[in-house]
Amino acid sequence: MSSDNLPGVPPSGAGEQTPEPIARTGMFGATGTGDTSGYGRMVVRRAPRLSSARPYGSYFDDVADALEPSFGDAIERVVVDRDEVTFHVARERLVDVMRHLRDDPALRFELSLGVSGVHYPHETGDELHAVYHLCSITHNRRIRVEVACPDSDRHIPSTVSVYPTHDWHERETYDFFGIIFDGHPALTRIEMPDDWEGHPQRKDYPLGGIPVEYRGAETPAPDQRRSYA
Amino acid sequence: MSTTTTEGKVYDVAGQDWDELVETVTETAEERLVINMGPQHPSTHGVLRLVLTLDGETVTEARTVIGYLHTGIEKNMEFRTWTQGVTFVTRMDYLAPIYNETAYCLGVEKLLGITDRVPERAQAIRVMMMELNRISSHLVALATYGLELGATTPMIFGFREREMVLDIFEYVTGLRMNMAYVRPGGVSVDLPAGAVDKIGEFLKVMPKRIKDMRKLLDENPVYTRRTKDVAYLDLTGCMALGITGPMLRAAGLPWDLRKSQPYCGYETYEFDVPTEKTCDVYGRYLVRVAEMEESLKIVEQALDRLTGPLKGGAVMIDDKKIGWPAQLALGPDGLGNSPDHIAHIMGSSMEALIHHFKLVTEGFRVPAGQVYSAVESPRGELGAHVVSDGGTRPYRVHFRDPSFTNLQAVPATCEGGMIADVISAVASIDPVMGGVDR
Repeated sequence: MSSDNLPGVPPSGAGEQTPEPIARTGMFGATGTGDTSGYGRMVVRRAPRLSSARPYGSYFDDVADALEPSFGDAIERVVVDRDEVTFHVARERLVDVMRHLRDDPALRFELSLGVSGVHYPHETGDELHAVYHLCSITHNRRIRVEVACPDSDRHIPSTVSVYPTHDWHERETYDFFGIIFDGHPALTRIEMPDDWEGHPQRKDYPLGGIPVEYRGAETPAPDQRRSYA
Repeated sequence: MSTTTTEGKVYDVAGQDWDELVETVTETAEERLVINMGPQHPSTHGVLRLVLTLDGETVTEARTVIGYLHTGIEKNMEFRTWTQGVTFVTRMDYLAPIYNETAYCLGVEKLLGITDRVPERAQAIRVMMMELNRISSHLVALATYGLELGATTPMIFGFREREMVLDIFEYVTGLRMNMAYVRPGGVSVDLPAGAVDKIGEFLKVMPKRIKDMRKLLDENPVYTRRTKDVAYLDLTGCMALGITGPMLRAAGLPWDLRKSQPYCGYETYEFDVPTEKTCDVYGRYLVRVAEMEESLKIVEQALDRLTGPLKGGAVMIDDKKIGWPAQLALGPDGLGNSPDHIAHIMGSSMEALIHHFKLVTEGFRVPAGQVYSAVESPRGELGAHVVSDGGTRPYRVHFRDPSFTNLQAVPATCEGGMIADVISAVASIDPVMGGVDR
């Protein structure tokens, strides 16, 4: 029997010296209780932070060439993974970069597919990410632009002035992650009720998280329920 | 029935005498009228709420309010395995479940790096099911569209034809909607015996039915007057607002991901991308009808392959660490694991039982990373941003639903027009609130 199907077990003798720290254990995010699922020993290790070097391959080099002369300092790193390219951009320069991506004839990413948020609580100083998916119809290309901001200063400049379609997408990302898009025309909640507390897609927000009331009887939130320890 | 607030007088229209209301409204000198349309309104496709500011019958401001159908699908998926995620996503845009599943599965497969190893037969079945789904979705679009404009015949026609597609879905997958049929690595079950005949029959009947629909609506003066030059949105507007799908193609741009960035082997099928240049509701109608005709062509080609060169092929990846261990079979109590498989794991192989149990409860691990996969759904580009941290459940899945983005066009298409045209405009966007709110 080979051990390649047991990724959670560190190689013997290595102990805790592996470069990839443990991200989480168990199956269902349960901690502190007797995990009756049988997956209490399951381990997920943190993937290293990627950064690709030239040549990127495909059309990615052309895009980088057109971007670098004016925005070389704004691009923090480039990741080429699974035939997709991601440009990590400094948030201060985001709007300029996006405008250049849209208007430069060599780039011409005229269609934006919106904003998606991701919360990485372990990346201290870069916890909240906003991910923009851009598509160029002229050149038939796709790229991804990623911006990060610390949880303590959740501000990213709004790109509605460049891509009006980001209006609702930024509201959604604000609603779910609490990222404040400075300069957005009306940054309000869009999916959750206006008076909702918290931002549900963040990793520190539990699933459910609110008690459910049905016909007078109240069921506590999943993380508050009785457990069989 | 009327109260005065800081914003002005509020009239309540909850089932009282309308004459009374008209009287009180005419008493006031104010011309501006703010009307709340929805969220419970027969022509708002579910629970869309429109706040319309009227000057006479002209709409001066249209605001869209969504969120009434938010179910937290994206959050829930982070607490289930990758395969279970299919069961969630199929419930988003409930008129196009196969597209949700395919967009998600293509993303997971890309993360796993198995895109090229998905069996060709599975890809052909996906294409066939997607195109059948496109027909059923467009039929609902046309049917509700006619109904909202006051014509019941298109509604009856549309739903009657859609029933044929849903029958095929039920026959193949066991369910009419929300079938969780497409799975990472392939599809859940092969076509059952008789499915080919059933689809063949549908292909024979359907062209005539579409012709009937065309005869009924294409030149109908009532219909054309309600649709021509209504809700104009040109290419510039579409690009700025991120509009894709039939709305974009009715503005003259032949942008279709099936042609421009093919997936599931679409590059090997022969079909056209219909476009119109009118930028109005009528153009969008024509594009949808033409797309149904093109879809029939694709279904026919896919069916030829499934009965010809791809006959008897696998429908799930042969990687035992990823592919669902059991094939489904129809038993006396519905669709379930096949009796052969149960006999194998319960009677002859302990290892097979362990393997089945591990894969079904724990699932498979997906290498860390992020991908974006997109398919051309009946409403436009449906994209899935899938992020993995290397575990057995998604770290984050975000769907770029075309309905969500396209709804942003409501102010651009409605403001300055008549209030009756708002119905027309919203119907031509064809939003599905399950997809908008997720």
